[in-house]
Amino acid sequence: MTEHILEMRAITKTFPGVKALQDVTLEVERGEIHAICGENGAGKSTLMKVLSGVYPHGTYEGDIVFEGEHAKFGSITDSERRGIVIIHQELALVPYLSVAENIFLGNERLGTGRLIDWNRANSEAAELMARVGLKENPTTPVGLLGVGKQQLIEIAKALSKEVKLLILDEPTAALNDTDSAHLLDLLRQLKAQGMTSIMISHKLNEIAAIADRTTIIRDGRTIETIDMRDPSSTQDRMIRSMVGRDLEHRFPHRTPEIGEEVFRVEDWTVYHPTQAERVVVDNASFNVRAGEVVGIAGLMGAGRTELAMSLFGQSYGRNITGRIYKNGQEIRVRSVAEAIGHGIAYVSEDRKKYGLNLIQDVRQNVSAAGLFKLSTRGWVNANEELKVAEEYRTSLNVKTPTVLALVGKLSGGNQQKVVLSKWLYTDPDVLILDEPTRGIDVGAKYEIYTIINRMVAAGKAVVVISSELPELLGTCDRIYTLAFGRITGVLPAAEASQERLMELMTMEREAAR
Amino acid sequence: MSAATETTRREPVPAGDGGHHGPLRAVGELLTRNLRQSGIYIAFVAIVLLATWLTDGILLNPRNVSNLTQQYSYILILAIGMVIVIIAGHIDLSVGSVVALVGAVSATLVVKQGAPWWVGMLVGLALGALIGAWQGFWVAFVGIPAFITTLAGMLLFRGLTFLVLDNKSLSPFNAPYTTLAAGFQNGLLGGYGYDVFTLVVFGVAVAGYAYMMWRARVGRQKYQQTVESFPLFVLKIVLVGLVVMAFAWQLAHYRGLPNVLILLALLIIVYGVVTTRTVFGRHVYAIGGNLSAAQLSGVKVKWVNFGVMLNMGVLAAVAGIVFSSRSNGAQPAAGNMFELDAIAACFIGGASTTGGVGRVGGAMIGGLIMAVMSNAMQILGYDQSVQQVVKGLVLLLAVAFDVYNKRRAGTR
Repeated sequence: MTEHILEMRAITKTFPGVKALQDVTLEVERGEIHAICGENGAGKSTLMKVLSGVYPHGTYEGDIVFEGEHAKFGSITDSERRGIVIIHQELALVPYLSVAENIFLGNERLGTGRLIDWNRANSEAAELMARVGLKENPTTPVGLLGVGKQQLIEIAKALSKEVKLLILDEPTAALNDTDSAHLLDLLRQLKAQGMTSIMISHKLNEIAAIADRTTIIRDGRTIETIDMRDPSSTQDRMIRSMVGRDLEHRFPHRTPEIGEEVFRVEDWTVYHPTQAERVVVDNASFNVRAGEVVGIAGLMGAGRTELAMSLFGQSYGRNITGRIYKNGQEIRVRSVAEAIGHGIAYVSEDRKKYGLNLIQDVRQNVSAAGLFKLSTRGWVNANEELKVAEEYRTSLNVKTPTVLALVGKLSGGNQQKVVLSKWLYTDPDVLILDEPTRGIDVGAKYEIYTIINRMVAAGKAVVVISSELPELLGTCDRIYTLAFGRITGVLPAAEASQERLMELMTMEREAAR
Repeated sequence: MSAATETTRREPVPAGDGGHHGPLRAVGELLTRNLRQSGIYIAFVAIVLLATWLTDGILLNPRNVSNLTQQYSYILILAIGMVIVIIAGHIDLSVGSVVALVGAVSATLVVKQGAPWWVGMLVGLALGALIGAWQGFWVAFVGIPAFITTLAGMLLFRGLTFLVLDNKSLSPFNAPYTTLAAGFQNGLLGGYGYDVFTLVVFGVAVAGYAYMMWRARVGRQKYQQTVESFPLFVLKIVLVGLVVMAFAWQLAHYRGLPNVLILLALLIIVYGVVTTRTVFGRHVYAIGGNLSAAQLSGVKVKWVNFGVMLNMGVLAAVAGIVFSSRSNGAQPAAGNMFELDAIAACFIGGASTTGGVGRVGGAMIGGLIMAVMSNAMQILGYDQSVQQVVKGLVLLLAVAFDVYNKRRAGTR
């Protein structure tokens, strides 16, 4: 009988209107590498935030037992003091500080007179760096090192805190193959030294290579914990477990009436805005026809949003090459204004950051992209604007006491309807929806699908980007899959299944070429 | 398409505030509907009453009211431009130096070279536009934060002022130049111990205000929007009318209508409309509220930012001409610290430090609050040092109120 270093029992975490975790149970044995696997939004990160005290004790239900004791963490500091260290996907390093300064940030090595003993700090940093296999000078600023090395510094930082349980959230998401391999080797070494790790990952091949056991989470529930040493634990089995759910009646019915091609993209290539060598979208080509809903499926980091935003007036990326055709004519879309002029609309995945002005009212958000329709020679017709806002409030069923209410006070689903109103008012022919139902409840999702159906019934072409495969299968006519910035396949919805899509989405880099 | 017309789980929408309530409740509603905006008016009235009481009424005597208007007009003009800069999420630290440079160049032309007064003013305005374009270029197209660009501008234009003036004052201007800020319109309809013309102008203005409000109300009703109840609507206009006419009465009993007040009123009306009713104005709010969302909504962010800075340059030039006209000359140290007064006026008037929120009217009230406070303290014989302490505390409290309000609203 192996000892459990960590037991999370019946964890339930509720956000206003959404049950993010429901009765989740996780048991981690001492000295193992335990993988947590699930679709985007399944609740993996929430679970880790509960564990590390980001959501303090009392804001969730259930028990955490760490090393045989009930843990009631009030903050990250509490959990770190007990030896639980989490390394987030977005690294938390200060680029202008040296490696040693970063390692001991908040945990400084003090000498006489409570001053920092730099000799001690640098020599201890060098030891820690040797443990993670990093050959750099401890006084080098972190910003000068690559992402792979920065990841190692994060681990060194964790080791400096005498970590007993190391949690890595998507550690290889931003790494290239060599760096990934190196990181996985390091995790194996640490395991040999007795370290327990939890790794959150999408990459099934990595999990298969490194994990001892894997817990699958889906829709905020634990599905099962698989022993990876068991030969029946194949990647196929994991995929089934990750996606296995019936589609129920979650999607309004639609009979497709598909017309001529409206929008076509050819050989679209986009480079990362700051990392000059990194190709984010690689030679992507796709098309959408009138009255058609086309899905784009891809895991996080596959380049979905980057593809959409670069098409939308080059709002993302550098050295963009490729051609865009609208109704058979090649068009140039160099700015958002041009995109709007050509009848292209893009609803961002992050409505608070990119979609809305939260400190303005519903009316002004609805009109924000279509002010040109409401104005003559620079003068806005304020009454007409209110009328338009009222019309959309009614037709999209935005629940707000008045269109003069601040958008920041609405619920997620209603905010999303405001963003949709804004773009529908520009009267687009091509509507690109990026994660249109992220973070909103089931009822509002249904309404959003209904709006999509109304759009295509009116002869528009709609592109839906989503991490939720059932959503794509339930709403789309055709689905493209994206991996490593490349289109790896296209399937008619009738022939697609979650398993088939997941296979295409997780295609490895070499096979994707 | 049966699915397309299907509506799901429609919950009752809370009723709008269209009903007619009792008049008291209606007034309360008017005040509380937007505490952030009405709070500042209440504070202003309270400060005026307090200052009147403390100064035994001297604050509101005709001569003082007239002086106060003229003395703070250039700060208010600067605050109009500044509030737009602040709404867009920037700041302009250079306006004090621009005021000095414009005055210096204008005085050099008019006083030293003997050019006509209007040449001095036009060249001053053109210089302001040029300075605004210069700063706009760095802020909008190169992407240098406005704080840095205008901090550099503050040094740069102050230094140029010293060069232009050779570090000496230049005065006096001849008559037409100085009447802009120091002159009055009066006696046009005869005087009976008070100026009828002034009262007529203000009367017409109040009537115009009432008419505009009425038209807006009718327009809204035509679009089936909710409007405030009729008694409340009348009460609001009567109150505003009374306050304005009381102010006019005091002016009429001194020397009539100050020219600079006409200029200021025109600017407030024009910019009030520009900020609320034009595409440009709306884009300024959009950029300040959420830059990324504005960009992704097709707003030409660079050009709007350029326009905002250009406009600030022009208004700083207007303030510079008014100031040189009032002080009847150009001094190397003119306009020192004006930028801080203008910025403080905006923040006291409810502008948000993070951009996206603010109103021209609010900035004007903010400027007047500071003007009334300094003026009352001068009358009471308080030292410059005490005045600064009080101004500093008021600014701090006003922004603290803003931060508190925002936290309560939970929009962050």
